[in-house]
Amino acid sequence: MGLDFSVVPSYFGLLLQGMGLTIAITTGAGILSFFGGIVFAVAALYAPMIIRLPMRGFAFLFMGTPLLLQLFLIYFGLIQFGIDLPAFVAGVIGLGLHFAVYNSELIQASILAVDKGQYEGARTLGLSRSQTLRRIIIPQAVRAVIPPMGNNMIALLKDSALVSVIGVMELTLAAQQAISRTYRPFEFYLAVAFCYYIINLALEAGLRHVERRIKASR
Amino acid sequence: MTTSAFVEIKNAAKSFGKLQVLKDINLTVERGQIVAIIGPSGSGKSTLLRAINELDPLSSGEVWLEGVQINRHLPPRQYEKHVNQVRQDIGMVFQHFNLFPHLTVRGNITLAPRMLKGLSEAEANTLAEEQLTKVGLLEKIDEYPSRLSGGQKQRVAIARALAMKPKVMLFDEATSALDPELVEEVNLVMKQLAEEHMTMIIVTHEMDFAASVCDRVLFMDQGVVVEEGPPSVIFQNPVEERTRNFLRKHLERNGN
Repeated sequence: MGLDFSVVPSYFGLLLQGMGLTIAITTGAGILSFFGGIVFAVAALYAPMIIRLPMRGFAFLFMGTPLLLQLFLIYFGLIQFGIDLPAFVAGVIGLGLHFAVYNSELIQASILAVDKGQYEGARTLGLSRSQTLRRIIIPQAVRAVIPPMGNNMIALLKDSALVSVIGVMELTLAAQQAISRTYRPFEFYLAVAFCYYIINLALEAGLRHVERRIKASR
Repeated sequence: MTTSAFVEIKNAAKSFGKLQVLKDINLTVERGQIVAIIGPSGSGKSTLLRAINELDPLSSGEVWLEGVQINRHLPPRQYEKHVNQVRQDIGMVFQHFNLFPHLTVRGNITLAPRMLKGLSEAEANTLAEEQLTKVGLLEKIDEYPSRLSGGQKQRVAIARALAMKPKVMLFDEATSALDPELVEEVNLVMKQLAEEHMTMIIVTHEMDFAASVCDRVLFMDQGVVVEEGPPSVIFQNPVEERTRNFLRKHLERNGN
């Protein structure tokens, strides 16, 4: 059986919609993982023990178990507690928290690596601990960690395919739908792989742009 | 009624574990006075300076600024508020500048006045321009610190401290990290402050500078003030053997 890519264009709309959802999920989860990562990092370093200990357990849970399982827990599991999230929201939360934990590890290390002279310089002017953290330490820590965090964002984009299993019609599920109608798996999976690649290129270009922008201010 | 004591340190002692770095130090600085603290490294001079604004709080003793005790013993929350308040009156310049690399020169100078004194953006900008003009770096206002030389960085750090309108300025080896040819531009700014009668306490290794601008010199060694007096006495006719030894070694090392 030969390859026949001529079936792909008729599903262009479906794939484009899937691409839109993949981008939306990645963006939403990316933003959540960025700010969540900062919040987790600050809490892990500075919060009192009663907050820090459960947080560590939470981080271990998210790093030590499959993302797929976490998505199931959030989407199917929470219904038992009366929390019935739309699949898209569950996907964004699951992916976002999962990568927030990874980002938090990076940011924690980066916060600790900020020169203590920065802290002293700010405190000497009269800034409080939290003002110093917010205006001096975290902005520098986050800038230093943009390149490795960019790698996490690329991983996040690729792992967004997992939310297809809870029924979000993103790229991968869109491909499966097209395949179930045409019986052309190779063509559609390849087309979708190409779509991921394109999004990835755009994401990388965006990250490079951000890195260049912050270079002057480090 | 007290004397005209502006900064007063009483019976200051400080230990790091078993190591006692400050032993019963007393120091009085009057308004507009300029005091240099010299001594070998490890003598406690930086620790003493850093005790004045609670960066290295004393183990015992008192620090006063214009009738307000700096190192008050308060519950944590009140203590935090108290030090944040008093530190606004104490400018400090560090050996390694400690400029904020993610902010422009303007951002470095305007940050604290805007956050702590509620200045508007326009007011803070005017203030930054004033202070930068004073240190001769107005044209660098929109540069990031990474684009400045060491001497320029230190002058910006001085401008940043001055923007808080401090009552006293502390200099912790402000020129020690600079290339020799950049020292003079920073010294000039400090001399200019001296002429404006800014109260200053200067920890330094530069004896010529100390001799030329300071009203009083303290020689510290092993956590005590060995000798103090006007620079003419300390540098030309020191009484103590330890002071003479230190100055002689210093001269030999620097060959001048």
